[in-house]
Formats: sequence, structure tokens, C-alpha cells
Amino acid sequence: MQSDKTSVPAATVTMPVRTRRTLPLNWLGVLPFAIFVTLFLIMPTMKIVVGAFQTPDGSLTLDNIRGLFTPSIMAAYWISIKISLASAILGCIIGFGVSAAVVLGGLPQWIRGPLLTFSGVASNFAGVPLAFAFLATLGPVGILTVFLKTQLGLDLRLLGFNLLSFWGLTLTYLFFQIPLMVLIITPALDGLKREWREAAEILGASGPQYWRMVAFPILFPSLLGTLALLFANAFGAVATAIALTGSSLNIVPILLFAQIRGDVLGDPHLGYALAFGMIVITGIANTLYIWLRARSERWLK
Amino acid sequence: MKRIWAWGALTFGLLYFFLPLIGMTNFSLKMRRGEYSFDAYARVLADPKFQETFGFSVMMALFTILFGIFLIVPTAYWVRLKMPGLRPYIEFVTLLPLVIPAIVIVFGYIRLYNTSSWLPLTGTTTGTNLLLMFGYATLALPYMYRAVDTGLRTIDVTTLTEAAQSLGAGWITILSRIILPNVLVAVLSGAFLTFAIVIGEFTMAALLNRPAFGPYMQLLGANRAYEPAALAVIAFGITWACMGLIQLVTRFSKHTRAQR
Repeated sequence: MQSDKTSVPAATVTMPVRTRRTLPLNWLGVLPFAIFVTLFLIMPTMKIVVGAFQTPDGSLTLDNIRGLFTPSIMAAYWISIKISLASAILGCIIGFGVSAAVVLGGLPQWIRGPLLTFSGVASNFAGVPLAFAFLATLGPVGILTVFLKTQLGLDLRLLGFNLLSFWGLTLTYLFFQIPLMVLIITPALDGLKREWREAAEILGASGPQYWRMVAFPILFPSLLGTLALLFANAFGAVATAIALTGSSLNIVPILLFAQIRGDVLGDPHLGYALAFGMIVITGIANTLYIWLRARSERWLK
Repeated sequence: MKRIWAWGALTFGLLYFFLPLIGMTNFSLKMRRGEYSFDAYARVLADPKFQETFGFSVMMALFTILFGIFLIVPTAYWVRLKMPGLRPYIEFVTLLPLVIPAIVIVFGYIRLYNTSSWLPLTGTTTGTNLLLMFGYATLALPYMYRAVDTGLRTIDVTTLTEAAQSLGAGWITILSRIILPNVLVAVLSGAFLTFAIVIGEFTMAALLNRPAFGPYMQLLGANRAYEPAALAVIAFGITWACMGLIQLVTRFSKHTRAQR
């Protein structure tokens, strides 16, 4: 039906017959795309989702999902969620601080362009090389570790810091989380109109009051939405974690990686359930993001 | 007062980003005891495995980009021209690879296209390479589609098409000689981003057992000390170059448009 609407101005008056004849062929134009997406995105995902609810001989079951609720798998999910949440929250706060400093803090204007370009680079600099960079910085013989030890007498290892741990992974993830936050929140901060602040001041609001009662409620959906996006971003990250920790840290992506490689759980369908759990968690986070983003656009257009 | 806070926040952010970069650069230069040298780089660049895997990844990236252009430009064009009602659905589908982690997608590939299935792509080397390319195209889909669609928004697709048709152009001519040159900047930004993604991708290549650059880096990282840092510097340089090229083509296009 859509094609009628678009081609009406030129065609209705002169030759309505022709438009009607070409109508069914319009679908052919998106057919290659539809086939590609079905074969390499939808079907593989459906295979996992359906497999999560099947026994090896193909009948329906909830045992695989129930199998996730064992202590070791639950622990893997829990530490994954903790790392993703910690890196998302810290990334939001620090990224907001940096972005606010540039947009509202009265810094010279020329900083803005390079900062955004650099954020684009840094948010894409994830994976294996990022792990190497952090090993060279905060690893046992990293530049910062050595500097703190020889110059300031602070031994990070004695203080209980280890790069191959919860905080180590969180710190590493922050390297791509902060720039992603900067990239997303800077346009939102730009959208805060000068008039709102002036109106608030005329009505007698102090700086903190303006932030608490005007700016923050407007920004809140974008902040929360970005938090969800950063969470999903960290939750799906595999390469950085594997390159950094090998398999010493038991997080869900590493567990799934090992399961695909060599069936460490001893049950292929438990692997499906593990992957299904990942989709559910990132799916919820992304739905939140899309929904909150739509809300925030009401004010920040 | 406000400005001091602002400088403080910015300095903190900059330190966070530059320390690891300084760390890896510094480390990569320290292979020779007691002095700075490019030994680690020389060792890496001379490694036949490096040349092999890097070449493989570059080829994969180029094929992925070509495939992406052939798939996405006609689709995005067709949707804009003939089926605008379909746009929200297509856009939703193209965002799915951001929701479904790459490791889950490749897990599905392995189960769906193994040697005992109806389409045994993983049975042969060419088949696996093809599957990996489709996987990369899926990963790049959100960026590529968005870039092309934004590019199409800035031109009048309907008028251009009708003008070309009345001069006797067929669909292939319209796409290759009218639409593609007009959205070339957008396509190029998508292409560079795809390149940056594919070149260091680890998960898919590792699980499909292909000799790509990502798994090579991981392997080297597990066994060597200084070479990984040199690799990280090289990888960062590539990412930086890709982003720089995107900026460059965008700026270039603005100039040509302003002159008109």
C-alpha cells in the first residue's frame, strides 16, 4: 500500500493502471536484505533461543533454564552484572563530568572538537589491544605501577589491587565507557536551553536549585538511558576480558566462550541457556535505552 | 570557581586516556634493556604470522565493506523511495546486532551452519571465510545502515530518480551513477568504521577458527611481553587513522557543498 502514497503525485492522474501493476514487485527490492538478515541474524538467534528450551532430542523443557540457577553459573552472571553496572555507573558520572566541563564549564571552545574526535577513537578502541594497554600501565611492571612504587612508595599489589580482578576489569572497561558517555551526553547538554536557566534565575532559583529542579529532570531520561546502553556494552564485551584475564575471571562471556570452544559445562543445551540469558539481559538494557531515549527527546529536540 | 572544576574534570578525563596510551607506547619501546628502541616493532613486523593474519583481516575488512555497500545502499535507497513505511522496522532490525552480543550470534552460526546442517558453511575454508564475512557484515550493519540512511536524507531521492528515469536510466545506472556518488561520503564513513571494527575483531574469528589479526594478538599477548604493547600501538594507530579519515571525508564534503 505504501507505494501508492509515494508515487501518487506523478502517476494517479495519468496512468493509475501502471502503479497498480508494479505494486507487488516493490517487495523484491528489500528481498536480498531480508534474506541476509534472516539467515545471519534472526535464524542464528532463534536457534539459540529455541535451543534454550529444548532437550537434546528436541522436546520442550525448562530444565536448561533451571540449570542456570546453579551456584557457579549464578556467580558468573552476578560478577558480570556487577562489573557492567560498576563500569556503566562510573562511566556515566565521569563522562558527564567531562562533558559538562566542556559544554557548560566555560572552557575554551576549541577543546570541544578534538575531545569529541578523541572520544570517537577511544570508544572504538576496545578488545584485545585495550587489554595490552592496561597491562602495560597497571600490570605488575606497568608504567604507573612502577612509578607509584619507586617514586611514591605505594605498592599497588600490597594494597590489594590486581588488574585481573573486578576492579581491574572495571577500570579497563571505563576506557571505552567514558568516551561513549561523552559522545552521547554532549548533544543532550547542548540541548539545555539558556532560557531555562535564565527563567529559573529570574524566579529566584540558585545554581543547585536550577540543577536539581530543572536541568536534572530534563536530563534524567537520557542519563538513565545511556546508563542502560553502557551496561549492555560492557556486558557483551568478550575480547578485552579474555585478553586481560585469560580464563581466570569467571564472567558470563568467558564462560560462554569456553563452552562454545570445548563444552566445559558438559551439556550443549545449557550453553544455549547461558547465551539466552545474555540476550535477555542486554535486551532489557537496550529496551530501557530506546524507551528512555524517546522520552528524553520530548524536551531536548 | 566553576572554571577550576571544569579544568579539573577535563584533566582527570585526559589523564585517564593518555596514561594507558603512554604506558603502552613506553612499554613497547623498552625491549632492549636500558634504552629505548624499536626492537619490539621490528620483531612484530618481521613475524610472518603477523603479516599473514594482518593481511587476512585486511582482506576480510575489504570484502565486508564491499558486501555491505552492495547490500545496504540499494536497500536503504529502495526503502526511502518506494517503501517509507518499512523504515522503522528496518531500522529496528539493523539495531539488533547492538542488542545481541557477537558471541551469541557466532554461537548460532556454529550450530546452524555446521557440517551436518542444510547449509554446511563451516565444512570448507571458503565457506567459513564467507560465514565470517557475513558475521562481520552483521556486526557492521548498525553503523553502515545508519551512515547510508543519513546520507540519503540529505539528497532528494525521488527527484533524482525521476530525472534519471526520464533520461532513460535503468536501476543499475541510477544506483551506481546517481545515488552512490551522492552518498559517497556517508558510505565512506561507514566503510572506515567497518574497517576499524573488523581489523581487531576477536570473538567471531576465534570461534570460527580463522587466522585473523584479533586472535593472533590474543595469542601473542598470552606468550610474549613487549610485542603485545607494540601491537596495541599499531592497532590504536589504525583506529585513529580510520576515525581521522572519517573526519576528513566529512569535512571535505562540507567544502564542496559550500562552494556550490
